[in-house]
Amino acid sequence: MRLPTQWLGVAPFIIFALMFLILPTLYLILGAFQNSDGAVTLENIIELAQPSIVAAYLISIKVSVASALLGAFIGLAIAIAIVRGGLPNWTRSATLTFSGVASQFAGVPLAFAFLATLGRLGLVTVFLRALGFDPYQHGFNVLSFWGLTLTYLYFQIPLMVVIITPAIDGLKKEWGEAAATLGATQWQYWRMVVIPVIWPSFLGTVILLFANAFGAIATAYALTGSSLNIVPILLYAQIRGDVLHNPHLGYAIAFGMIFITGLANVFYIWFRTRSERWLK
Amino acid sequence: MKSGRFWAWVTFILGAAYFFIPLIATMEFSMRMRRGTYSFDAYKVVLGDERFQATFTFSVLAAVFTIILGVLLVVPTAYWIRLRLPQLRPVVEFVTLLPLVIPAIVIVFGYIRMYGSNSPLPFLSSDMGTNALLVIGYATLALPYMYRAVDTGLRTIDVRTLTEAAQILGAGWTTIIGRVILPNVLIAVLSGAFLTFAIVIGEFTMASLLNRPAFGPYLQNIGANRAYEPAALAIIAFVITWGCMSVIQVLSRFAPKSANRPN
Repeated sequence: MRLPTQWLGVAPFIIFALMFLILPTLYLILGAFQNSDGAVTLENIIELAQPSIVAAYLISIKVSVASALLGAFIGLAIAIAIVRGGLPNWTRSATLTFSGVASQFAGVPLAFAFLATLGRLGLVTVFLRALGFDPYQHGFNVLSFWGLTLTYLYFQIPLMVVIITPAIDGLKKEWGEAAATLGATQWQYWRMVVIPVIWPSFLGTVILLFANAFGAIATAYALTGSSLNIVPILLYAQIRGDVLHNPHLGYAIAFGMIFITGLANVFYIWFRTRSERWLK
Repeated sequence: MKSGRFWAWVTFILGAAYFFIPLIATMEFSMRMRRGTYSFDAYKVVLGDERFQATFTFSVLAAVFTIILGVLLVVPTAYWIRLRLPQLRPVVEFVTLLPLVIPAIVIVFGYIRMYGSNSPLPFLSSDMGTNALLVIGYATLALPYMYRAVDTGLRTIDVRTLTEAAQILGAGWTTIIGRVILPNVLIAVLSGAFLTFAIVIGEFTMASLLNRPAFGPYLQNIGANRAYEPAALAIIAFVITWGCMSVIQVLSRFAPKSANRPN
């Protein structure tokens, strides 16, 4: 009789997770492989291949990859600068505090902030125009791929800083000294010591940033309305009004989103086990 | 080393510029409502708007219920995993990370299809039911943060000894969790709570798709129809986020750093 009481302690959590996280997701995944009569079919997945949906996936992936990679490298550079750059102490605490705030400052208000900055009447746009360079005359638009990427970086970079700073802190001073004693150049030290050590957490954060951008809708929706056709906005429109005239196609789009973020995580786990084996 | 410091300053200053210019621009824009002079008119309009007050109150309430649900769900589970079922830890940790992989819009889409009015659990057939479903959805969004905060807190106390001591004194499970464990991880729980608040208060996707009169959809609506008010709202939202994060920072100073005894 020991087993039941043991498991009773986690029962509420398991039931909650099943009912409100796992089963709803499975429901959509199964729905993606059924037609409206409930028969198993691949038709919905095949229908994803129509140009407007493929375009939506491509732009979503482009924005997510660009904002994840740029966010990761810029965030890493900032983290290295504040930990290793010999800057005064206040820069470190100020950066970390601000990053904590900015990494959670997303959604609709972030879109407002960037409209006020880079919109047609935004401060930076007006300023550049006064200098004789109108970004809107040179192909820039805040309601575009680059506009959205630049906006997403506002929470992607700080998230990277918050997560990667502890990893940089973990680099022991002795390793640098040991490498120098053995005659390593600065470049060799970075390539053979620093990068392998921070690689797993770096890669993990890139994946997190990717998923973060890929599922985000509020910022893009408030920024562009529905003029930029990214997957979450397409799915949003589909849920609201069945714009694709096939409810099961909505399931297929949702399945596609889970598939892509899931795939990113599988890659991450695969890379991570490889790099861990290498570190041993 | 000199050039290293130079590049560190360049990185820091460029970063600071990227992060401060939008804030300055938004602040400036929000004060341009009255022609020819800076004023706080946009803020007055926003704060005096009845719909602002109603939706903001709704979202604060939703956040409070989310925090209560999150604590009730996470504290006993994390405690029990540490005390009795360490072999389940990888499974539970995996589940708590799922909301970072499954986008919120997918989760709420699942709810809409599973809990509609002809399902065995028709959450969506009444207003109260839909509100409950919104709070549940928010609790799943906050799960990764709440679980990690509480688990970190539990790591710093000696769960086993505290439990045994309480049991010897005749305490039941509710007493142990409510009056022994919870007060000991209160700071961690509060950190999780404020982070949850920051996430929930302006949340758009779930509230909008469940048709709830929440702050997020209100923000979006104002953004589509007004000029200066959105900038004022962005500043207000930034201040709220800032407030939540500052509280967490202050709290972390009171948190114990390590266990007295490894467990």
